Amino acid sequence: MRAFEYVPAKTVAEATSLLAEKGDQAKPLAGGTDLIVMVRENRRQLERMVDIKDLPETNVLSYSPDTGLDLGAAVPCHKIYADDAISAAYPGLIDAAKIIGGTAIQGRASVGGNLCNASPAADTIPPLIVLGAICVIAGADGSTREVPVEEFCTAPGQTVLERGELLVSFKVPAPPQNSSSFYLRFIPRNEMDIAVVGAGASVVLDDAKTSIVSARISLAAVAPTPLLAEEAGASLAGKEISDDAINAAAEAAQAIARPISDMRGTAEQRTHLVGVLTRRALNGAIQRVKEA
Amino acid sequence: MPRKVHVQTTINGETVEYLCEPRQSLLEVLRDVLHLTGAKEGCNNGNCGACSVILDGRLVNSCLVLGAELEGKSLETIEGLADPDQLDPIQDAFLENAALQCGICTPGFIMAAKALLDNNPNPTEYEIRYWLAGNLCRCTGYDKIVRAVQDAAQTTS
Ligand code: FES
Ligand code: FES
Repeated sequence: MRAFEYVPAKTVAEATSLLAEKGDQAKPLAGGTDLIVMVRENRRQLERMVDIKDLPETNVLSYSPDTGLDLGAAVPCHKIYADDAISAAYPGLIDAAKIIGGTAIQGRASVGGNLCNASPAADTIPPLIVLGAICVIAGADGSTREVPVEEFCTAPGQTVLERGELLVSFKVPAPPQNSSSFYLRFIPRNEMDIAVVGAGASVVLDDAKTSIVSARISLAAVAPTPLLAEEAGASLAGKEISDDAINAAAEAAQAIARPISDMRGTAEQRTHLVGVLTRRALNGAIQRVKEA
Repeated sequence: MPRKVHVQTTINGETVEYLCEPRQSLLEVLRDVLHLTGAKEGCNNGNCGACSVILDGRLVNSCLVLGAELEGKSLETIEGLADPDQLDPIQDAFLENAALQCGICTPGFIMAAKALLDNNPNPTEYEIRYWLAGNLCRCTGYDKIVRAVQDAAQTTS
């Protein structure tokens, strides 16, 4: 491992200029559960780590039923699921925050870091996508731009962030009436593993809770980036809840999966799993609305 | 070569100052700089929990924290657990239940158990098993460890 410099940033502006100075030789540090390992194992060489986890902007965690959730990019998983109102409003995100690593990882790992690491198998990305989360990005020139989470990752480990840009927070819309969300993954053991496939779903039901007003579906580990299965979700709009409708959506999700075969699973197994997990995610979200 | 970082922090209730290289992990600082060798290096990448410590009240893997990040923080390590003449109830429970063999994983398990009981004095077996899922033991099997934590919960609560 090469030596690098550690700089705790005191403001967002300082962080972006520290990052801009070094370009791809600098990285923001939040929980460090991916970054520190990558650098220490020489998979990534850096000249500078900019610690961004003591900034007020990257630590916001505020929810209101009217305006939704502001989630700072450095907020660790454990703080998110410790909040009852957030857990009730965004259960799909909580499903993911609770299964990333073990307790010690969840004490440090942030949702923002999970997104910036841009792993195709990242657990929190499908729920962010189905919840319609927007990334708030600060630029080195003091500007701010917003990017939907589904457009943030561009390839494994690659994102839309330009030189000097910092992911500051997420804006997650307030959940509509009669809505809920769900995330699950397939792993060959009970805990502490990386998704072979992950699937998230959000649904809005009508007042009678018998028909689907709208739905979103997102998939992990079946393409170079997490996918929004747009047509699969749209196919459910206006449909009565039925196995046929859910099976059709699951097939539409399978149609956009482009999995590879690797040590975690074959392409064939992954395509099969997309069908199974999409059905379970949809049924899980629907069940949550009904039980609410 | 980036300069060493000067850190002032609290470890087991005492103010501690040290110099470290930015690239040194907290685990390396504890073991190589401060000679607190209770936290163990198993995997060095966040998988085994042998290096578990409690940072500002949260269980973390010290191999995944930089020593330089500790400025102004408060750290608890296994060295701070026992009084000079009395073991912590969790340590006693591990001994009584024979919840260790080679002992490499034990400081990590005990710190993880402490973080659990500090948060939740009466955990169910299920909660204990999930909480400890990030701590690996290659010798004992987990039943004795879980029983030790259950016993410690009984004595402390
Ligand atoms: S040495 Fe830190 S988790 Fe294994
Ligand atoms: S007692 Fe040897 S690894 Fe746990």
